[in-house]
Amino acid sequence: MAKTVKELGALEVSLSGGEAVKERNERYNAYVKAVSPTSAMAKSLFHSFWVGGVTCVLAQIIFEVIAAAFPTLGAEMHGTLTLCAVIFIAVVLTGVGVFDKIGRFAGAGAFLPITGFANAMASSAMEYRTEGLVLGSETKFFSVVGPVLVNGVVWSAAAGLIRLAVFSIWGL
Amino acid sequence: MTHATIYKGENTSFIKSAQPQKPLAGQSRNASSAAKQTVFFENPPRILAGGTVVTQREADGPIGAYFDNIIEPKNDAKNFEAAEIRMLQAAVSSAAEKAGIRVGDIDLLLSGDLLNQLTSSAYAARDLGVPFMGLYSACATMSQALAVGACFLNAGYFKHLACATASHFATAERQYRYPLEYGAQRPPYAQWTVTGAGCTILARGEGALDEDNARSRAKNAPRTALGNGAQSFPRITSATFGRVVDFGIDDIANMGAAMAPVNAIIAP
Repeated sequence: MAKTVKELGALEVSLSGGEAVKERNERYNAYVKAVSPTSAMAKSLFHSFWVGGVTCVLAQIIFEVIAAAFPTLGAEMHGTLTLCAVIFIAVVLTGVGVFDKIGRFAGAGAFLPITGFANAMASSAMEYRTEGLVLGSETKFFSVVGPVLVNGVVWSAAAGLIRLAVFSIWGL
Repeated sequence: MTHATIYKGENTSFIKSAQPQKPLAGQSRNASSAAKQTVFFENPPRILAGGTVVTQREADGPIGAYFDNIIEPKNDAKNFEAAEIRMLQAAVSSAAEKAGIRVGDIDLLLSGDLLNQLTSSAYAARDLGVPFMGLYSACATMSQALAVGACFLNAGYFKHLACATASHFATAERQYRYPLEYGAQRPPYAQWTVTGAGCTILARGEGALDEDNARSRAKNAPRTALGNGAQSFPRITSATFGRVVDFGIDDIANMGAAMAPVNAIIAP
């Protein structure tokens, strides 16, 4: 019969260190928080706002250009092509080493779902390229964006189930 | 027994100055674990020379004037890991040269780095062709190498030891944080991993420390382990092996706060 670590009596002190250590850690963390410099909130928000806004305006311009060039495709296809163009630009900017600088400057402004996602995937692929195309880049493609995909799938499924339940109850 | 707690920074008085270590069950209370934490060497090993390789960012820092070689971060290597390996080799060669020995005269290379399975150190040791022992203590790897090396030399097992370490910002970021081109914001307090390598050549101390001290006294120099005259070198007289102190910092960007609490119980 296997024993648990507690039964062995090897550790008198609990692994978390007890109340005194917990209290000490809380005080130390509060001290570290008090002395650590913080980001300038107003400045960060401002940079985030205008970079994000400019990105959206550029995307809208691309949309209008595509719509003017291929009027027969329809608005949905125009949107899709615009997304492709924005993703392409974000990946190119990542490749030439510009996007991380924009990201550091603009924070969430550069992190708009499409551009941030493209940057995260492209940077992972670049980072692990030295380990090979298949075992490096392709394996690590989703190393940063993995949680986004997992949450996307899980919550979409949850939403689908709720929808199914609601519709079957009301018989719609 | 003297308890001494070393702090860095102000306003840390809330941390108790002497925290007696509670012995674990089964550990004898008589054989004080504190007494063994510091070792004093009877034949203090000499520090013959040191060699360093850094990049411009480190050279621009406050101790930039002390670095031997400044290189490009990638240094024409195929990737950053290969660059780190090259830096480590260059540091060892440079230290050996300054110490007046050949790399082949190094009896044992004690080295560590931040990568999985000590990749940089192992590959550097492969190419240097010297016996190798890998060590890992994150940022304290160099101190650990010096302490372990000094113990070996004090016991008289080797003649020349090389204690080395290397780290590279690009390889460490990839190992512990995000890809380099990922546009994540660093908090303003974030620390940067050094891109550089360092190596120190230790040699068996010939003659007791008193001889150096006697020589120093003879010339009315202050009594110091640093010695005096052409044949004297700095010596490692004691080493304290630290305990792991965890104050619960879990922010990957704040390495400094995690490392700042040092609790050394120094017992003569």
